[in-house]
Amino acid sequence: MLAHILIIIVSAAFLENVVLNQFLGICSFLGVSNRVGVAAGMGGAVVFVITLASAVSSLLYKFILFPLGLTYLKTIVFILVIAALVQLVEMMFKKYMPGLYSALGIFLPLITTNCAVLGVALNNVTNGLSVAESIITGIGTAVGYLVAIVILAGIRERIDNSDVPQSFKGMPIVCIVAGIMAIAYMGFSNLAI
Amino acid sequence: MNKHFKNRYLDQIYNGLIRENPIFVLVIGMCPVLAVTTTASNAFGMGLSSMAVLICSNVIISLLRKVIPNEIRMPAYIVIVATFVTLIDFLMNAFTPEMYSSLGLYIPLIVVNCIILGRAEAFANKNTVGMAAADGIGMGLGFTLALFLIASFREILGAGQWFGHTLYTSGRLFAPVSILVSPPGAFFVLAFIMAVRSKMKIRADAVDACSHNCMNCPLNSATCGVPEKGGR
Repeated sequence: MLAHILIIIVSAAFLENVVLNQFLGICSFLGVSNRVGVAAGMGGAVVFVITLASAVSSLLYKFILFPLGLTYLKTIVFILVIAALVQLVEMMFKKYMPGLYSALGIFLPLITTNCAVLGVALNNVTNGLSVAESIITGIGTAVGYLVAIVILAGIRERIDNSDVPQSFKGMPIVCIVAGIMAIAYMGFSNLAI
Repeated sequence: MNKHFKNRYLDQIYNGLIRENPIFVLVIGMCPVLAVTTTASNAFGMGLSSMAVLICSNVIISLLRKVIPNEIRMPAYIVIVATFVTLIDFLMNAFTPEMYSSLGLYIPLIVVNCIILGRAEAFANKNTVGMAAADGIGMGLGFTLALFLIASFREILGAGQWFGHTLYTSGRLFAPVSILVSPPGAFFVLAFIMAVRSKMKIRADAVDACSHNCMNCPLNSATCGVPEKGGR
């Protein structure tokens, strides 16, 4: 049982990394990764939203949409659930972590349109995972996102001090770094699980 | 804004296709750009289905622009967009099953493509139905064109194929650069597109700021010695 959970988490977090392998959530990955602290805050918020979203969406799918034969509504229902959850997280951050709230700025409400969240929710039901498996996959995926964005932020803090060619300053060099990270992550595909 | 066409609908289409191309100029909606550009046919399918959603949602949002209250416009837009995405999802599943299985998850994810919500917010809710439709066509064509160019580049150089037809195989002179069709290649291609764009911007800014004093000119090179006479 424990081994099963571990396998799901490791494969969701590293083998099929959500940003570097599936290209979901690229906007925030490139957008809020300039400082480690902010990136970790964003990663934390995404972990929270993805975990809740995968739990709520798979419960809704299993007990409401599927029995009523409304599975074709899944895209609409899931996106609304996610929008509501993001609103909730936004209010919590505003109240308890005002510093992080202002640092994340526009990217916090934009978690709604972070394709990683909707992507995980849809993938879970398409692959026919149980509610528990969906939640574990959600946690694994989100941890993968958190690790990737924190590593990228750490590298970007170093890049600030180096001499980058003029036209590669800003986003282009970040994409090159992300590409090199993706090569490193390809190494995980040889893990025998 | 300078017009290229007298007809304002044509001009709006040109605007989306070239002047404000969503990928190369506005740089929004990058997820599908990285994910589905491994083959030209995938890019084409993704571009056209996004375009269909974009046109339909632009038209409906423009029609409802006086009905939807300002405070709840975002959820309303999301529901409208999600409805059309669901329709496209079913249509593709029924009529192009091969394309559907290779695009997979990325079809329902059109819902969260920033281009669609972005155009709804920036254009469709302020303009007439005809103009919104023209904007949808232009932006959709611009998106398709950009995806198609990037995918052709990646597929031809990375796999030696185009639309699945083999163009060349590993030879003595040139072998397919297989990293271009793998995930890291997507980031590298994107990096070079953005670098070219920023290079062009640096040049354009420098020309705009030309003070006819070539000593301090950012474009200064060994060949530049004669001060320019009268404008650029």
